[in-house]
Amino acid sequence: MSMQSQDIIRRSATSGLTPPPQVRDHKLEVAKLIDVSICIGCKGCQVACSEWNDIRDEVGHNHGVYDNPVDLSAKSWTVMRFAEHQDEGGRLQWLIRKDGCMHCADPGCLKACPSPGAIIQYANGVVDFQSEQCIGCGYCVAGCPFNVPRINKDDNKAYKCTLCSDRLAVGQEPSCVKTCPTGAIQFGTKEDMKQVAAQRIKDLQARGFKNAGLYDPEGVGGTHVMYVLHHADRPELYSNLPKDPQISTTVSLWKGMLKPLATIGIAAAGLFGFLHYTTVGPNRAEEEDEHEQHETEEVSK
Amino acid sequence: MKEQLIQRYSAAERINHWVVAWCFIFLAISGLAFFYPAFFWLTGIFGTPQLARIVHPFIGVVMFLGFARQFFRYYHHNFINKEDVKWMKAVGEVMKGNEVGDIGRYNGGQKGMFWLMVGCMVVLMATGFIAWRPYFAGLFPIPVIRLALLLHASAALALIAGIIVHVYAAIWVQGTIRAMAEGVVTHAWAKKHHPRWFREMTGRKS
Ligand code: HEM
Ligand code: SF4
Ligand code: SF4
Repeated sequence: MSMQSQDIIRRSATSGLTPPPQVRDHKLEVAKLIDVSICIGCKGCQVACSEWNDIRDEVGHNHGVYDNPVDLSAKSWTVMRFAEHQDEGGRLQWLIRKDGCMHCADPGCLKACPSPGAIIQYANGVVDFQSEQCIGCGYCVAGCPFNVPRINKDDNKAYKCTLCSDRLAVGQEPSCVKTCPTGAIQFGTKEDMKQVAAQRIKDLQARGFKNAGLYDPEGVGGTHVMYVLHHADRPELYSNLPKDPQISTTVSLWKGMLKPLATIGIAAAGLFGFLHYTTVGPNRAEEEDEHEQHETEEVSK
Repeated sequence: MKEQLIQRYSAAERINHWVVAWCFIFLAISGLAFFYPAFFWLTGIFGTPQLARIVHPFIGVVMFLGFARQFFRYYHHNFINKEDVKWMKAVGEVMKGNEVGDIGRYNGGQKGMFWLMVGCMVVLMATGFIAWRPYFAGLFPIPVIRLALLLHASAALALIAGIIVHVYAAIWVQGTIRAMAEGVVTHAWAKKHHPRWFREMTGRKS
């Protein structure tokens, strides 16, 4: 891990004037490619994730749907989301999407986090949480455009998929990729994964899915987890995958414009006091004291 | 020559004021630490960053309750009247040290500051509640939390700038700090800065 610290390209709450180590920043960007059209919803990846990362979520309840657990949690970093869709021809399609952190190139979580180094981004594109620096404020939850981070109620810290950064560091693929029995999840450099996707999309289009395409949204600078979708024109069909995810304007204002504005406001108030006191001087009522004494004496005469 | 004094704040009022003031200082320190990465080290004042984060909202509640008590003490003194408008229009003259208008217990600036504080306190409490983890934030949708965080920081910074002016005014108008420290002001002070209040308190004409 100590060598890995040299691969950090961005840290939360850290000024660009004092960047992290940069000698090894020539690394290739990696990506996980999830081909939704191949996934059979077996949840092998969910199990592999708990297994490798050693997290044990509570056993939940059956909600009458296949989604189990029904949502991401601090102890479930990936979940399969099942959506039923009827196409134009009236045929049922079962759209199964493996949800989890997208490892955005421009991560909203990292932008929002107030604790220096609690969220980092590696040169290969992985966005990772450093739990010992986390203060549990939940700003990352507000910052993420994909609703991914979850605060653990036992320790008040934020958790999400690490893209198995520990496995990547020693040259292995993420555990979900390793486990997937159908080959629906692949891993490699981002360039390679785009090529694999392009091939697959051509295939799908030839088979009648004319809107098949790659989900690598520009609004967050692209992602290091990408989907091949049969209906890339309507990502919302896949359990509300956002069509054009972006860091919310509210968050951008809060973490952007407001800072210089606040600095100017506070500095102006302080500077005004300083200049006013040194030029006008204090406002005393003392001299009138004697004057008043005089008056009262006169009155009592 | 013996100083002639008027009681301006009772002991209870002074304690109330300083409880709110100290809460404010701790809130501003921890809040600015979360807001400015370069000031994050200020969280160390609370022991650890985690503790600063946990403690901040609780101090906020204490401050809010303390301020609410002050609100009910003072709101009826803070309705803006014609003399205050005159004061506000001539604020440039006032700042040169020349009083304007027949001012009562509070002048236009103090009244304006009072309502700014009221506004900020309400916004801070409401938005702080919405952002409060792990207890309450989970009850609100994420877009609402985002807006709350933006408004919380904005209101906090407006209040901090306002309080700098509030403190400066107390330093500039000499004899004012004594009102909040010991509870009293001199006749001269009252007559110069709050002539109508002076007449009300002493029953004198000038
Ligand atoms: C009135 C009750 C208040 C409550 C319930 C409250 C609550 C909160 C909460 C929950 C947070 C997020 C961090 C955390 O969980 O500790 C926060 C942040 C903050 N608070 Fe407060 N607070 C209050 C009053 C204040 C006051 C009076 C100030 C300023 C003097 C202030 C300044 C800030 C600032 C600057 C932040 C950081 C915002 C950012 O990171 O952009 N708060 N507050
Ligand atoms: S909860 Fe932790 S990781 Fe998330 S923003 Fe706060 S300090 Fe950063
Ligand atoms: S999906 Fe959310 S948690 Fe993951 S990197 Fe992007 S902003 Fe951060």
